[in-house]
Amino acid sequence: MTLPAQADSKVTALPFKAPAATVTVLPRPARRFNMATVAGRIATVLVPPLVVLAVILTVWQVVFSQPGSSLPPPSEVWAQSYDLIVDPFFVYGSQDIGLGLRVLTSLQRVAIGFGLAAVLGIAIGAVIGQSKWMMRGLDPIFQILRTVPPLAWLPISLAAFMDSGPSAIFVIFITAIWPVIINTTVGVRNIPQDYRNVARVLQLNHLEFFFQIMLPAAAPYIFSGLRISIGLSWLAIVAAEMLTGGVGIGFFIWDAWNSSRLTDIIVALIYIGVVGFILDRLVALVGSFVTRGTSAN
Amino acid sequence: MTYLEVSSVGKSFTRGSTTSEVLRDINLNIEKGEFVSIIGHSGCGKSTLLNLIAGLTETSAGGIILENAEVTAPGPDRAVVFQNHSLLPWLSVYDNVNLAVAKVFARSKSKAERHDWIMENLQLVQMAHAKDKRPGEISGGMKQRVGIARALAMEPKILLLDEPFGALDALTRAHLQDQMTEIHSRLGNTVIMITHDVDEAVLLSDRIVMMTNGPAATIGEILEVPLERPRNRLELASDRSYLKCREAVLKFLYERHRFVEAA
Ligand SMILES: Nc1ncnc2c1ncn2[C@@H]1O[C@H](COP(=O)(O)OP(=O)(O)O)[C@@H](O)[C@H]1O
Ligand SMILES: [Mg+2]
Repeated sequence: MTLPAQADSKVTALPFKAPAATVTVLPRPARRFNMATVAGRIATVLVPPLVVLAVILTVWQVVFSQPGSSLPPPSEVWAQSYDLIVDPFFVYGSQDIGLGLRVLTSLQRVAIGFGLAAVLGIAIGAVIGQSKWMMRGLDPIFQILRTVPPLAWLPISLAAFMDSGPSAIFVIFITAIWPVIINTTVGVRNIPQDYRNVARVLQLNHLEFFFQIMLPAAAPYIFSGLRISIGLSWLAIVAAEMLTGGVGIGFFIWDAWNSSRLTDIIVALIYIGVVGFILDRLVALVGSFVTRGTSAN
Repeated sequence: MTYLEVSSVGKSFTRGSTTSEVLRDINLNIEKGEFVSIIGHSGCGKSTLLNLIAGLTETSAGGIILENAEVTAPGPDRAVVFQNHSLLPWLSVYDNVNLAVAKVFARSKSKAERHDWIMENLQLVQMAHAKDKRPGEISGGMKQRVGIARALAMEPKILLLDEPFGALDALTRAHLQDQMTEIHSRLGNTVIMITHDVDEAVLLSDRIVMMTNGPAATIGEILEVPLERPRNRLELASDRSYLKCREAVLKFLYERHRFVEAA
């Protein structure tokens, strides 16, 4: 009774499956696009967080408004960092640019590091997942490497690349690759024997098997790995940039700290949080789009 | 002339230090165009035998020869319809058949010819109307039909069906059995079908291979079904020789080789 979503795929041995399975293709009852219901739906999504936000801001304002408090209240953030808040894309000088532009610089590095991690991670995971012995040998090592904090890779990376740009990208890469490898491996190990048999009867070669069977069958696992990875990448870039410098959002925070611009730091934190959230949702969205149907068996 | 020759085939599985003998000394000769059923109790090794013929597992003893060539690996000349349809859920009905057609006829057919061939096979199992549906959107019987279409589209020398209608309700099953008979009479394929349904075996087959219980199961008896084709399930219901065949299989299964449940 507790598995309604799986029921359809598990009952193949029972009779009278036919009517149950065809239910899914029946047209849904026509949905009326009525402004009131749409507005109602948006309200149920938006109102609770807005209320909570208002409460937080109020408390924050009240608590930190006393003279001598160590952190600025929201009103002061608004007043002192007005430029940063209202215009993400201003350019006043080579080091004086809007936070949107800084985020874009950071995202560029993330894109390269995460992209490399995704491609290589899937390829390595696919190879390991196919071999029981490789899995036994490599999995414990990966499980250990996975727990190394991003910044711990930075010194080695700087020593190897002798340049901060590639080092930051390498840190992202090395942080992001483990979840992709591990999840791809699990996904490949879980490909049903039936699909493998189909491939064998058709005599698919390795490449055909990879693209036509393995990738789609393991896609749900791969995407949950990618989702963890994008979060880690974003985490790693901010930390790495604090140490390597440049124009990224991470260095901005460090710079603001050194010149005691606390309100700027607060604005940057909000930027980082929002961008991280969008990245996560973006990967989840792509994942649910790509894997639609994969598990509907 | 023997088309498929299974001679002295045995199969043991080794797991760790224990070896279990599943099949022993299987001998079976099948002519081109024949429809042969394999019947036996659950777990006796029917699927194992089919997988050996498909080349999906290796024999432990003996050998299998299909049209003068030894079976050593799986290939599209021995198309298998697996017990649970095994369609790829992320591909449409059309693309599932296309997966096979694109691979098997990559060189010998043009793109347009391949399209026509896919549609022809979908029409054969009356599934052309659902060509753009995903497997998750069609019923169990429809999935099984698409699985059969995919197998037929490979133009195999021999069609291997592993309890193709086992998971379906009685009405759908009867409908698909009739379709299978019609396809067989039209195309004249060589078919091996595993079943645990006595009526299905008698209705569809030229011969019924009855297997003894495992471990070390073998062929207990082979029954010729002397019924004229085309066969009509309603007329046969009271036909003397139909009933005799049915009785023979039932006696084999439930008197001489009763299924003994492992304690
Ligand atoms: N890969 C395998 N490894 C070990 N034992 C197996 C394997 N495949 C099948 N068997 C065993 O062989 C026996 C016959 O299985 P199977 O051929 O599936 O039976 P059937 O299809 O007649 O129900 C079973 O006891 C099963 O446990
Ligand atoms: Mg079986």
